[in-house]
Amino acid sequence: MWRDAALVAGKDLRIEGRSRVALSQVAPFGIVALVLFAFALGPDRETMAKGAPGLFWVAVLFCTVLAIQRSVSVESSDGARDGLRLSGIDPAGLYLGKAVAVAAQLIVLEALLAVGVVLLYGAHIEVPWMIAVSCLLGTIGLAATGTLYGALSSGLRVRETLLPFLLLPIAAPVLLAGTRIWQAAMAGGTPSDGTQWLRLLVVFDAVYLAVGVVLFGPIQETA
Amino acid sequence: MTHDLTTTPLEGPAAAHPYSGAATNTRVSPPPSPSTTARRTEHIIGLLALVGTAATVWLGIWVTPPDKVQGDLVRLVYIHPGVAWVALYLAFGLAAVSTLLYLWPRTRSLFWDRLAAAAVEVGVIFNICTLVSGSIWGKPTWGVWWAWDARLTSTAVLLVLFLGYMALRRVPAEPEVRARRSAFVALFAAIDIPIIHFSVDWWNTLHQGATVLNANLSPTIHGSMAWTLLLGFVALTLVFVWMLLVRYRIGAIEDWLAANELDLALAERQAEGVAASRVASDPGPAGGSPTDRVGVA
Repeated sequence: MWRDAALVAGKDLRIEGRSRVALSQVAPFGIVALVLFAFALGPDRETMAKGAPGLFWVAVLFCTVLAIQRSVSVESSDGARDGLRLSGIDPAGLYLGKAVAVAAQLIVLEALLAVGVVLLYGAHIEVPWMIAVSCLLGTIGLAATGTLYGALSSGLRVRETLLPFLLLPIAAPVLLAGTRIWQAAMAGGTPSDGTQWLRLLVVFDAVYLAVGVVLFGPIQETA
Repeated sequence: MTHDLTTTPLEGPAAAHPYSGAATNTRVSPPPSPSTTARRTEHIIGLLALVGTAATVWLGIWVTPPDKVQGDLVRLVYIHPGVAWVALYLAFGLAAVSTLLYLWPRTRSLFWDRLAAAAVEVGVIFNICTLVSGSIWGKPTWGVWWAWDARLTSTAVLLVLFLGYMALRRVPAEPEVRARRSAFVALFAAIDIPIIHFSVDWWNTLHQGATVLNANLSPTIHGSMAWTLLLGFVALTLVFVWMLLVRYRIGAIEDWLAANELDLALAERQAEGVAASRVASDPGPAGGSPTDRVGVA
């Protein structure tokens, strides 16, 4: 399973390395979103800094949808999906591999967006490690759920419109938890302010990773 | 003559079409229809639901007294908790249980899939009613139509999840494929419900606690008000059951139609062709030129 996961993740990341779709399209989209949020909230820096945690996570959620669409579409043509299934790769490995590839891209993207939030909104981060942990856990959760829904919608002609509708409400706890942890980290609060939210993220990640590992095979048969 | 006209369009390249066999010898199974007992049960439940709802309205508006603090506004209490109970527990619970029974290989049958779909669809109606009746109560009481309170927010998220499930079901697919796909989405959503519930709860809460089922199970309201509230629960549950039965029946007919649509259409065209050829072979004054008839057929 782990070897298969590494193979699949390597494949997806190599495709990204050569096509640079996430870097040249998804990341700039995230920055555009940050700029648009700034326009929506007006030029008052205080309001923007206050809203920075939520805006960061909303931008991440939007980018996740795009990253998942991309992750599905690299296998949508030339029977690549069937090829992968025929190759004897363990479905659980395939799931983990795809999720890891998405997560790796999202982490890079979040680093960019975090810099954007600090520079553009003047957000001041007091406890950087809390930000890092929340991003890591949040990203795992988004990649875990996103990969599941991506596989589920991969065979549908209405994939592009249906995926965000199905995925974003499910990912709501990540947005809530991520935002609250960021707020605690920006306010310079004690780590205990964010612990229950960190725990929530851990539960969310564990549950969806487990579901994905167990059910990815049957889900692929459905698509 | 008759025979020629009906079969000619199907000869040539069209004859190789996989459905041509069905067209020349069309036999469409009749739509599923419930047994007499099922129909009678449905009618009785519908009638009881109607009577119960009417009684609740009568008791709620004319018999029970206004509240000391809330005045006439308190009358919403006979509807709102009942609707919420159906939307948040009954419909959601039934959908979750039927989904699990569908996913479980031993009990896998389209019955559970259709039941889950019906429960979700009726649940959406009740969910919207919950939000609307809550809003109507919230405006004069809290001063706002909508508050980002934990319970309101999780109800709204549940509605969105349900709507996503319904949107997925509308994607055309074989009933089996659709059933599996919907079951997975329902399962993922069901897992998320407790997580959403907790996160939203920590996020913000100002809703008033449950009135009837509080910790020591002693209702905090009394007399005619309690009875009306109870009757409201029963009546709305009956309304839910009735709507569920009807929706299930329609779901079965929809599946039948989707499976037989082409055969039905072909049979109709064929019947038209037969009728046209009869008119054409009849040398009466109404008969036009035979070639026109072929074009129509």
